[in-house]
Amino acid sequence: MSTDLRTESPPPRVALYNNPKVRSAVYQVGLCVIIGLLVYGAASNAIENLRRANIASGFGFWDNNAGFDISQTLIPYSSQASTYGRAFWVGLLNTLLVAGLGIFFATILGFIIGISRLSKNWLLAKAAGCYVETIRNLPLLLQLLFWYNAVLKTLPDIRDSFTLGGAVYLNNRGLFLPKPSPLEGFGWVQIALVAGIIAAIAFRLWAHRRQERTGRQAPVAWVTLALVVGAPLAVFLLAGAPLLFQSPQAGRFNISGGVEVLPEFVALLFGLSIYTAAFIAEVVRAGLLAVSRGQVEAAYSLGLQPRPTLRLVVIPQAMRVIVPPLTNQYLNLTKNSTLAVAIGYPDLVQVFTGTVLNQTGQAVEVVAITMLVYLFISLTTSLAMNIYNKRVALVER
Amino acid sequence: MAMSDTELVPTGPAFVRREFLPAQPPPVRMTGALGWMRENLFSSVFNIVLTILIALLLAWVVPEIVRFLFIDAVWTGADREACHEAVQGHAIGACWPFVWERLPYFIYGSYPIPERWRVDLFFALLALGVVWMLWLSAPRRDLGMIYSFAVLPVVSFILLHGFEAIGLPVVDTVLWGGVLVTIVVASVGIVVSLPFGIALALGRRSQMPAVRLFSVIFIEFVRGVPLVTVLFMASVMLPLFVPPNFEPDKLLRALIGIALFASAYMAEVVRAGLQAIPKGQFEGAMAVGLNYPQRMRLIILPQALRVTIPNIVNNYVALFKDTTLVFIVGIFDLLRTIEVARIDPKWATPVTSTTGYAVAAIFYLVFCYGMSRYARAVEARLATGDKR
Repeated sequence: MSTDLRTESPPPRVALYNNPKVRSAVYQVGLCVIIGLLVYGAASNAIENLRRANIASGFGFWDNNAGFDISQTLIPYSSQASTYGRAFWVGLLNTLLVAGLGIFFATILGFIIGISRLSKNWLLAKAAGCYVETIRNLPLLLQLLFWYNAVLKTLPDIRDSFTLGGAVYLNNRGLFLPKPSPLEGFGWVQIALVAGIIAAIAFRLWAHRRQERTGRQAPVAWVTLALVVGAPLAVFLLAGAPLLFQSPQAGRFNISGGVEVLPEFVALLFGLSIYTAAFIAEVVRAGLLAVSRGQVEAAYSLGLQPRPTLRLVVIPQAMRVIVPPLTNQYLNLTKNSTLAVAIGYPDLVQVFTGTVLNQTGQAVEVVAITMLVYLFISLTTSLAMNIYNKRVALVER
Repeated sequence: MAMSDTELVPTGPAFVRREFLPAQPPPVRMTGALGWMRENLFSSVFNIVLTILIALLLAWVVPEIVRFLFIDAVWTGADREACHEAVQGHAIGACWPFVWERLPYFIYGSYPIPERWRVDLFFALLALGVVWMLWLSAPRRDLGMIYSFAVLPVVSFILLHGFEAIGLPVVDTVLWGGVLVTIVVASVGIVVSLPFGIALALGRRSQMPAVRLFSVIFIEFVRGVPLVTVLFMASVMLPLFVPPNFEPDKLLRALIGIALFASAYMAEVVRAGLQAIPKGQFEGAMAVGLNYPQRMRLIILPQALRVTIPNIVNNYVALFKDTTLVFIVGIFDLLRTIEVARIDPKWATPVTSTTGYAVAAIFYLVFCYGMSRYARAVEARLATGDKR
């Protein structure tokens, strides 16, 4: 019955076109050739078209004089003296400013709403749910236009501005806030702040080590608060409050002095924060729901109080689920800040891909630079996220 | 040795009751509406404060919206006089006559009036396709697939753009506008992104390094940049990349941008579905001797797409909202027509903008909320299918 297994039959002869290795190589070479031809065709067309339209190429325009004004500049900029390169940095900083503040407010609002959706309070949970469903299902552009055109542009003009004790003015030209200017001795406050932060970190490390060794806990939160907020405040008062607030002065047609916040900026910040908060709320809710009920019950049976249970058991596990999609939302917010172009806030796209592109006509270079900036932000963030994910990933057997 | 209750105290001391009292109803304040409110609204001091605050907020916002949309709204009128507070002498809400007058513009843009039946027919054909695809127990869904993804695009193009040979005059795309453009952009994104997304997702999981590399570069590049820049690229760079005598029209450029963008996002959604398929399915398909296209078409994709339907629909919701961005490259979608109409001097009143935005909000809310409800219903249906 037994057949001799040892007599090896020679491997079956396969036709060359049926050999998987050959096939895969052919496919790949074919794909490379097609893409290469496409790129070559596009490039040669572009060169031909640019030559015909007499448009310069290369990055020489970077150092040319810009000659246009920008309504909000965080670094010194003037239309006569500054270059296109400078305009690029102005736009980039404006983008980063609105994205940074947007992330800050969206996170706070999003966490509050996400937790509210899980609240035992029926009314609160329903109201939060209603917020999320409405905001998530409306296009961001519509919301921005609404805030800008229907809310901020219909505010009274300068003569009838809303005012808060003559220090804060709100009208259709924007929001005017008092401008703080440090006097002599303010440096001490800054020193106290830095020292307070360092001391707080040191105290935290010490408290952690002592708890590991002896099990005794220290009031870390209170001490941190006292060191970071209390100490600089005390120094500030001791030094005789060395900070002068310049209130904006309202004239008939203009408001001078103070800090001017553009209505475009306010609209963009409002729109981005409110929109992204709805998505963050969903992320937070999903994260909290992902922590199984058994974890909380186990913590209670170990004798932990509700608050330490939340802080030591629920939140650390929820954060593992929350952080990656949360970062994604931060990236979305940053990318969505390009909608500034629709309401005229001078962000990177409005300044660079808008005005600079129109003036120079160098579409390829300008669009490529803009895309690379966003790509760089996205890729570095996802790189950081991958490292974080590796660090917090569950170690399984 | 389980003792029944009556045996417990047959001969106890005299002060022990011998028989059970009739059960009493639970205290009134713990049941019914009152009990429910106690538990869900006023369970602690903190909750009482929260409830009051939220109630105050709602009492402020909700009547304001109702007042604006209905009570103080103006329903008839010929021009701005009807909606002007100073002229009418009382508070004015939404200015609906403005919407009635501009409604054809919001729907068709500047599409020639005698040809608008073509747009209506397109909407009807599209609705048929949508219902056929979304109704999971509709008959012959395979035919529906062919209809929606092959027949409908061709027919719609002929219908909307025109085809002189069969007597339909050509309508230039610059005349298209409003809901028509929004729907066209969204449909093109939806129809193109599914096959391209599947191809890219399979490419990203391919064994061939070159295929994988190109897929990853494309997906990560497009997902890493904002849609606005993709649209800018499509509208200002694309004309440079093609031969000079072949200038793609403006709407087509925006459509290409949207399609590229949607495909990259769809690829990641499909990839997530593919990752959810256990390895055994791939190996089993291989073991029965199926080749790669057969494996994917018959075994893997039907399962992967099924589990990921809710995500695909959610992706479509995002895409539908993102179509508003074509506004920025100068396409007259619904939002753009509203922007144009609201600054028309004939209807210039303080409430015109808000009225216009309210119309857009209702439109997008109905579509997006409908789609996300659908996604949730499918999810629930799939979940019950998987329960044993």
